[in-house]
Amino acid sequence: MTVDVPVAGRRDAVPASTTRAQPGEAPLVAIRNLSKYYVRGGQVIPVLVDIDLDVYAGDFIALMGPSGSGKSTLLNLIAGIDKPSSGQIRVGGVDIAGLSDADLAAWRAANIGFIFQFYNLMPVLSAFGNVELPLQLTSLSRSERRERVQTALALVGLSDRASHLPNELSGGQQQRVAIARALITDPTLIVADEPTGDLDRTTAGEILGLLERLNDELGKTIIMVTHDPKAAEKAHRLVHLEKGVLVD
Amino acid sequence: MFVPLLVLRNAFRHKLRTTLTVTGIVIAIAAFGLLRTIVDAWYAGANASSSARLVTRNSVSLVFPMPLSYAPKIRQVEGVTGVAWANWFGGIYVSERNFFAQFAINPTYLDLYPEFVLSDAERRAFAADRVGAIAGRKLADKYGWKVGDQIPLRGTIYPGTWTFNLRGIYEGAEEGTDTSTFYFHYDYLNEAVKRRFPRSADQAGVFIEQLRNPDAAAAVSQAIDGTFRNSLAETLTETEKAFQLGFVAMSEAILLAIQAVSYVVIVIIMAVMANTMAMTARERYGEYATFKALGFANGFVALLIFAESIGIALLGGALGIALTFPAAQAFVSTVGSILPSFKVTEETVVLQALAALAIGLVAAAIPAWRAARVRIVDGLRAIG
Repeated sequence: MTVDVPVAGRRDAVPASTTRAQPGEAPLVAIRNLSKYYVRGGQVIPVLVDIDLDVYAGDFIALMGPSGSGKSTLLNLIAGIDKPSSGQIRVGGVDIAGLSDADLAAWRAANIGFIFQFYNLMPVLSAFGNVELPLQLTSLSRSERRERVQTALALVGLSDRASHLPNELSGGQQQRVAIARALITDPTLIVADEPTGDLDRTTAGEILGLLERLNDELGKTIIMVTHDPKAAEKAHRLVHLEKGVLVD
Repeated sequence: MFVPLLVLRNAFRHKLRTTLTVTGIVIAIAAFGLLRTIVDAWYAGANASSSARLVTRNSVSLVFPMPLSYAPKIRQVEGVTGVAWANWFGGIYVSERNFFAQFAINPTYLDLYPEFVLSDAERRAFAADRVGAIAGRKLADKYGWKVGDQIPLRGTIYPGTWTFNLRGIYEGAEEGTDTSTFYFHYDYLNEAVKRRFPRSADQAGVFIEQLRNPDAAAAVSQAIDGTFRNSLAETLTETEKAFQLGFVAMSEAILLAIQAVSYVVIVIIMAVMANTMAMTARERYGEYATFKALGFANGFVALLIFAESIGIALLGGALGIALTFPAAQAFVSTVGSILPSFKVTEETVVLQALAALAIGLVAAAIPAWRAARVRIVDGLRAIG
């Protein structure tokens, strides 16, 4: 059973055996006819062209492609931090392209966990404070937030670094804090943009192992952009983009 | 507590930058307060004036005196309950830098100024001593005078060395009462003038009139001036407040300039602070984009910037207000009693606080608007 809608002129995506989809299950992320372009000086510059893609709950997908292929743009659109020029994106049944900015922000807070290449931690907040950040948007009490943060930090093995500022942590530790922050609201989807791009080989392996555990043990759905073949090996499914178009 | 903590830590992330910014605001706010206080002090004499007193002077110029014979005629004008007179002495105490006002007054003068509080004993001692004098508390404290001291003045308008016995030190009944003036007996001065410059004797510099009804000031003024119309020394009578404001008007251009400078100082520091906040916000576009990606609203980002800017501005404002008081003290000790009533008013403090708040708000406006509008993807590109 193929999981991607075939489009004339493009080859199908990776076969269904690499997804965790159950028969008849609706995709968690359903993308149809998605396009994104920019207008610069009167010229239309296409970034993504007519993308169709399905991601199922529990999938671990690596978006790969050369620089400028549109993989980060696709990730941004799925994560709701950018809006498509045309087409539809449904995540968890919600057409996020049609949401207002305010609704989209609220939707992201509840549904998306972000892992960035350069960690994007707040330099003036401790590891605890950074992980707690998404919970500040909830109605949880202080003690409830504390409990969740401690659990998340324990999950990533940084319980003893809770009070450290980002500049007191190594790159790998900072990325672990970012992963804990991404998990803290129990999001529907985790998006990772080059999560090992700023790490050495050993540390990158640790982070990828952690992501693999999150997917295997906690069933987290992960979409990861990466240039790194080693990182891609951890994914269950590879999606290739070239010049804004899905290819085999 | 999350937002205040974040704002506080962000505000002091660049300690040197924040310290310099706060220092600039401290100086600007203190300067604003000091300049306003100087302007207030200039008007203080007029503000403390009584509405129940008139001042009559020569209509040509204050420099020209009026005959002493005018006094009984003025006393007869309807609405006048008391008349006194005074002559400006203009002497020098030790050094020309030690300026203070000196007046030769007639015996009824103090009756018209109940706000000058003297003990009965001091009042009697002054009245009984032909070469006696009284000084205001502020003046006496400045030079360390005590009752019984001999005070020498070198005359300028009236040449020679004049020595007085200090018989009393008067307090002010109200906070705004001028206690920086020196008074002695007109008769003592007039006797000396009669001996040396007889044609100049029996002249008064100004007459002071006590009104029965302050509301009749205009009518009584006209009546007094009408009494001496077409005489050799026609008069100009006005309320004491208008008389004091006349002195202020001579310096009006300077006062306007001082007021303008006080506001220019605020505008300058506002621009400096705006530059600081713009720079700070630009450096943090990546962080603001991350906040937005995590689900925080555009308004939250704007709030962070406004809160930080206002916090820094109010810190500088509070320190600047605190600095204004010792600065005012230092200023007064330098200029002496030229400005007898020099006080940092509550209104000035409130204006300083509002100025600091305005600095914080204006400085953050554009950076906050821009940061709130930055697209998440554009802000995230700023990282790395």
